[in-house]
Amino acid sequence: MPSTREMRLRIRSVKNIAQVTRALEAVSASKVRRATQAVTATKPYAEKAWKVLVHLARQPGHNALHPLLKERDEVKRVLVLMVSGDRGLAGAYNVNILRYTLDAFKDFKQPVSFVVVGRKGRDLLLRRRLNVVAEFSDLPSPPSFLDVSQVGRLLVDDFLRGEYDQVYLCYTNFVTMLRQEPVIQKLLPLEVEFVADGKHDKMGTHRTHSVFTYEPDQNEILNQIVPRFTALQVYQAILSSQASEHAARMVAMRNATDSALDLIDSLQLDYNKARQQAITNDILDISGGAEALAQSGA
Amino acid sequence: MPIRCEIVSQDRVVYTDDVDIVVLPGAGGVMGVLPNHSPVLTTLQFGIITVRKKGEEQFFTVAGGVAEVQPDQVTVLADAAENVEEIDTQRAEAARKRAEELLQKGVGPDTDQYLAIQAALRRSNLRIDAAQRLRRSRRS
Repeated sequence: MPSTREMRLRIRSVKNIAQVTRALEAVSASKVRRATQAVTATKPYAEKAWKVLVHLARQPGHNALHPLLKERDEVKRVLVLMVSGDRGLAGAYNVNILRYTLDAFKDFKQPVSFVVVGRKGRDLLLRRRLNVVAEFSDLPSPPSFLDVSQVGRLLVDDFLRGEYDQVYLCYTNFVTMLRQEPVIQKLLPLEVEFVADGKHDKMGTHRTHSVFTYEPDQNEILNQIVPRFTALQVYQAILSSQASEHAARMVAMRNATDSALDLIDSLQLDYNKARQQAITNDILDISGGAEALAQSGA
Repeated sequence: MPIRCEIVSQDRVVYTDDVDIVVLPGAGGVMGVLPNHSPVLTTLQFGIITVRKKGEEQFFTVAGGVAEVQPDQVTVLADAAENVEEIDTQRAEAARKRAEELLQKGVGPDTDQYLAIQAALRRSNLRIDAAQRLRRSRRS
């Protein structure tokens, strides 16, 4: 049994911890909000750019497909962009995305290289001796589009140079405060038609019958749009991951605060008991002494 | 009949309204778009988009991008766009000076840094021009 003094110190230190975790929880909560707002703000551009892409890809006589849209006959090397966090203390966030990514690519016969966003992800991948070719960390939260456009540019450039034949994007999709899902998405070559027939169709497709004039030409327009659309997808993935990271951290911190409060309660109870025990002992001593005196005096 | 004009950049919607005419810095030169224009897809140059609604003009800087013209709608997918009224001329001037100084210090050409500075210079020049044009049109 520790002394009452030690117990008092312990209670005080746990109280301090609870204060810190509560503050971290509040910070994360506001960051989640900012990141989700930033995701929403990118939607109009994404939808409009998508419509233009679908439209261009559906043009008849468009047999010379743009290199960024064209599936390569032979896939020799694969590049994966994994989005993780810079810091820990976010529950299972970093481990989840890592495990999901490794699971998905463990059966690939081609060599897989990684580009990673976030220091934690980099460390985890390096510890497994995987090939990390580039790392982006210390991004602001939320980042501006300019902050992350270089990530997209790197992927597009490497793909066009033929260093990689497929590029995938692994990030954590923010569903709700309590649920975040790891997701894998094929980034390049961009599969316009395939996605168009699936979930994105309600975004609305073009009136394809109208005859468009192209200035300067279709390929030049694709040159403009596809890299930007890719960069935007990366941007959205990073924002969504950040929202997830902060949400995971918020929940982890809330749990920590709750546990700390429970611990304080039980420590306080122990302390009170010990204190009461000491008082009782003292009273017993005194009353025993008084009784002995009274007997000897009689 | 008005035409719907939407200007969006990657991280926000800059402008959306029904307007009378939109003037765009298209790849093949400046083009004015009236309602019932034939469909066009064009890339955009660095420049200024002018939007007129009931005699009132608004200006936007645009740093390249793509515009889609439909008979009843103009959609601008801008790399970066800004309402000229939001431009802080002093800050733009300061940015221009900074960029010019950096260039004079002699950053090697063809490096990433050089290109970035040049882009910054181009951007601030455009913003200053646009702000001046706005003031001129206000005066007349």
